[in-house]
Parts: sequence; C-alpha cells; structure tokens
Amino acid sequence: MTASDTARPVADPGSPSPPTTRTRRRAGRHTWRRALRRDWQLYSLAVLPLLFFLVFRYLPMLGNVIAFRRFQPGGSVFGERWVGLRYIRMFLSDPTFWDVFTNTLVLGLLTLLSCFPLPIVLALLLNELRSRRLKRFVQSVSYLPHFLSIVIVAAMVMQLVSVDGTVNQLVRALGGEAVPFLQQAGWFRTIYVSSEVWQTVGWGTILYLAALTAVDEDLYEAARIDGANRWRQTWHVTLPGIRPTMVTLLILNIGTFMAVGFEKILLLYNPLTYPTADVISTYLFRVGIVSNNFSYAAAIGLFESVIGLTLVLSANAISRRTVGTSLW
Amino acid sequence: MVTIGASTSAPARKQQPGHRPTRGYRVFRVVNAVILTGVVLVTLYPFVTIVARSLSDNAYIVSGKVNLIPRGFNLAAYKAVMADPMFWTSYRNTVVYTAAATAVSLVLTTCYAYVLSKPQLKGRTALVGIAVFTMFFSGGLIPNYILVTSLGLKNTLWAIALPNAISVFNLLVMKAFFESLPVELEEAAAVDGLNTYGILLRIVLPLSKAVLATMFLFYAVSFWNSWFAAFLYMDRMDLFPVTVYLRNLIAGATDATSVGGGLGSASDVVQSAATIQSVTIVLTVLPILAVYPFIQRYFVSGVMLGAVKG
Repeated sequence: MTASDTARPVADPGSPSPPTTRTRRRAGRHTWRRALRRDWQLYSLAVLPLLFFLVFRYLPMLGNVIAFRRFQPGGSVFGERWVGLRYIRMFLSDPTFWDVFTNTLVLGLLTLLSCFPLPIVLALLLNELRSRRLKRFVQSVSYLPHFLSIVIVAAMVMQLVSVDGTVNQLVRALGGEAVPFLQQAGWFRTIYVSSEVWQTVGWGTILYLAALTAVDEDLYEAARIDGANRWRQTWHVTLPGIRPTMVTLLILNIGTFMAVGFEKILLLYNPLTYPTADVISTYLFRVGIVSNNFSYAAAIGLFESVIGLTLVLSANAISRRTVGTSLW
Repeated sequence: MVTIGASTSAPARKQQPGHRPTRGYRVFRVVNAVILTGVVLVTLYPFVTIVARSLSDNAYIVSGKVNLIPRGFNLAAYKAVMADPMFWTSYRNTVVYTAAATAVSLVLTTCYAYVLSKPQLKGRTALVGIAVFTMFFSGGLIPNYILVTSLGLKNTLWAIALPNAISVFNLLVMKAFFESLPVELEEAAAVDGLNTYGILLRIVLPLSKAVLATMFLFYAVSFWNSWFAAFLYMDRMDLFPVTVYLRNLIAGATDATSVGGGLGSASDVVQSAATIQSVTIVLTVLPILAVYPFIQRYFVSGVMLGAVKG
C-alpha cells in the first residue's frame, strides 16, 4: 500500500498534509495550467474520443429540440421555428401512442419477469453440478445464442414457428390444426419472450456464477452446524451472498426497460400483430423514418428516453436506501 | 489483479465430509441433471433443425416432415445461394465494415481508456462522467438519423463505424485493465525519456495483448452481427452486409425464388423460401460457430473484468 503510494507521482510533491480549501481555490487556475503543461500529451489522446462523444452522443441529445420545433427535411438539423408543446400534445392525444405505450409496458414487464430471475435459477442449478467438465459444457452451450445476430435469431424463430416448422409439427402430432403463429397477435408476446429467454438466459449466468464462487465457504459450514439442509443453505447463505449482483443487474435491466427489443420486434412483427407487438420504439421508427414526421417522432423518442432515465435513477435511489447497493 | 482468460467456472460446492447426502438431495441431483440436459437440448435444437431444413428437399419441408434429420437430402439450395453474386457481395461488405469499424473503435477506445486510467490526471472525473452518462441517456433514433444523414455519411461505411465507435462498457473494461497494470514500469520508462505516446505504444500496449484481444472480439462480433445501422443508412443492395441480405430474405423484400435463378436453365430446381432461408442462416452463422469455441473465454473474462469495476 505505502509502496505504491510513494511510487505514484503526486501532484504537489513535498506537501504531505492535505491543502486547505483556501489555498486550493487560489491555486485552482494555476494547477489547471500546470496540469495542461505537464499532461498535454495525455489530454491530446482524449481529443478524438471526446469529439466522438460530443458529435455522436451529445449533439443528438441537443437535436431533440426538434421535438419543440418544426423540422423540415433538408433544412436545419435543429428545426426551423418553435412550436412549443405542439408535438407533445399531439402524441398525448394520439390513441395509437397509448396502445404502443401499453404494449411497451407489458412486453417490458414480461421480459423483466422472465429474463431477470431465470439466469439466477440456472446459475444455482449449475452451481450444484459436481462434475466440472459437465458444468463447463452446459455453460459453453448456453452462452452460444448470445453470439448470434438478432437477424439470425429472428430468422430461426420464423422457421421454428412457421406452418411447417417444429412447433406446428408438435401441434399436429397432438391432433391440433397448424397455427400461423406470427400472423396472430395473441401469440406475439409468447414468441418474443421465449426467444428472448433462449438468447439471453445462459449468458446472464456469468456474473452470478462468479459471485457464487465468492460466497464464503465458512458460512456454509456454520449453516451446516446449525442443522441447515441444502435448500436452507441456498436460501440463507447463497442468495444473500449474491444479492449485490442481483440488485445491480436488476437496476441495469430496468434501465433498458423502455427500449424493449426494438430490433427484434422490428424483424418479427407485421401489421397483423401490431395490436400486441408494436412498441414505442417501433412506432416512432415508422412515424419518423418511414413517414418522415421527424419532429413528432423525436417528441415520442424524448419521452421514451426521459422515462428510461427516470426509471434507472429511481431504481438506483430505492436500492441504495433499502439494500445499500447502487450503481454509483 | 485480474488475469484475463483465466478459468471462470466456479469450483463445485464441496460435499461435506462425513455427511451422506440426504435422499431429498440425491433426488434433486437427478432432477437437476435432467433440467440441465433439457437446457442444452433446447439451446441446440434450433441449430440442428435449421441445418436439417437446409439440406432437405423442399417437398418434405412444406409437408412439415423435417425436424432433426434431413429428408430428401440434397445440396441444391446451397448451390443456389452460393451462385447468387449478391450473397458474396454482402458477405464481402460485412468483412470490410467489420474490419474498418473494429479498427476505429479499438483506437478510440484504447486512447480514451488510457487517459481515464491515470488517477492523477486533472479533470479525469469529468471525462469519465461524459462517457458514463451516455449509458443511461441517449439522443434517440430520430436525432441520430438526422445527424448521420446531414453529415453526408449515408451509403458510406462511416455510417456504421462512427456512430457506435466507442462502447462505454468496453471502455470501462479497458480502463479497469490499464488501472491494474503496475505504475512502476511506466515511471521507469518516463525516467528513460519516453514520452506519453511512447509509453503507451511500447510499454502499455505490449502488456495489454490479452485485453486488446478481448476488445477486438467484443467489437468485431458486435459489428459482424449488426444490421440496423446498415438497414437504416444503406440504400443500395450492393452495400448491404450479409445480415441485411438475410433480413430482406426473411422479410420477403427480395423475391426468394429469384435466388435460384443463378442455376440458369435448371427449371426443375425451384427453390422455396424455406430452404433458401435455412441455407442463408447456416452460411451466415457458420463463421461465428467456427470461432466460438476459441473466443468464448475472452468474452467471459471481459464481462467479469467489466463487472469488477462497473
């Protein structure tokens, strides 16, 4: 500890005591100049990445002003003139918006309810396997779908649930009639959530498996002495042990709640399944990119981003208060 | 200190010495084995059935008779897809886009991560904040689209490479790795008269081959798999990557039967959408499957490294 401390170059050598606030404030401008003179090569390395963030991340955030301005394709990136809350009012009174809003919540919630707990269950089951080689094998296989393009997953889903696909073969073997699943709004949520589970659950176990190795072996010993069986050990030792990981991943999951599988839905849905499949992001894609109503779509998109940010911030705040784990 | 590429599988929980497992637990072990076998089968089944369909005669597919084993084995669909020049054009596009975008991403991410890993740097917290904030709030689809369009990037590979050049997650992984390197080496190099660029190129990067490989794979796989940017910004068929080629096939945007036209006058070979789609899926997924066994552990260790500091 001390060795690495002394080895590190310190900003002001020779003053081991922390500077008081007054001296620090007076020295503020000088230290900036000194930092620039000393570290200009480091700062120069940051120039291009910073340019990337400013142009491709922060400029689009500012670009959202077109939600309050009239935008003409080919005109200014930031729109032509102010129109106030016109586009906000427009989507608030748009019945389709509320349909897709509901769909977003339902699909997001279903995804969260299945794709958050299942990796925990799978990790616990894997953790009980005694053969390391078998465990490795199951892990490797279950990670595989994570590496596939969404287009490939969507294409596979289409083949599996097509009229001549495996699912309908089962339906017919059980004496039923073939169902055009992707043409029926009633089936979309099931198909979407199942494919999401198929693709993400295996990969989702990685962090839990790592957390499981860190659970103190002595705690199990103590629980055994207290007469806890395997199940009670899992409940009282294992789960509390991986709770920080669970909370962190839950917050991150909530953060992506509003953006539910935009790309996958875009690939899998069609006008027949819009009643259940159309979500905010796909709706604003059609309104904006397909129909060129950029301002209206930007207003919807801004609303979506603000809700997303609010969800993360509140989930983070709640978890910090209640369980003491937070992202920052 | 984190070692990249280390085994990440947890040691199985030890059986307590002197305690025979209870009957309930023995039953559980059997059930557990059954469940996990089921997981493996369900994960692999779609791959098997797609391969079976790609090798089958169309008549068997349409009548719903193909699941695990090809029926009416033939390679006509493979020949038809491989005879389509557009397929190869899009495959080449994928390779070019992936190579260029990965190179840009690696350079930018490495530079920024190195800067962020210097604890004594003034303004470092702000530089980290600028990056991390974008993880939780983004401009959204429409402003991005307008930006890329008005920068004139449409129909160029920059529309794919630039808007997603830095993944903040990858940035944090790399920053965590640089922070774990011993400072003494860099200080010694500085004493020897190397400047910052020299230290980065000759001292830090040679020590970071493992994390560079991980980052390379993270970016390469994500660009290889991406389709939406190309779908959005490319207007011409000869610019599509293979993912968009496949997307158009499954969306019916291109007439799937016309792919078989490559066989010329062989009019008896009328390929159905189903076989052609299966073949295209197989040919697209093949490179990923081929490298998967070798790259998987880098991914796992990369995710863990990110989680340590994330």
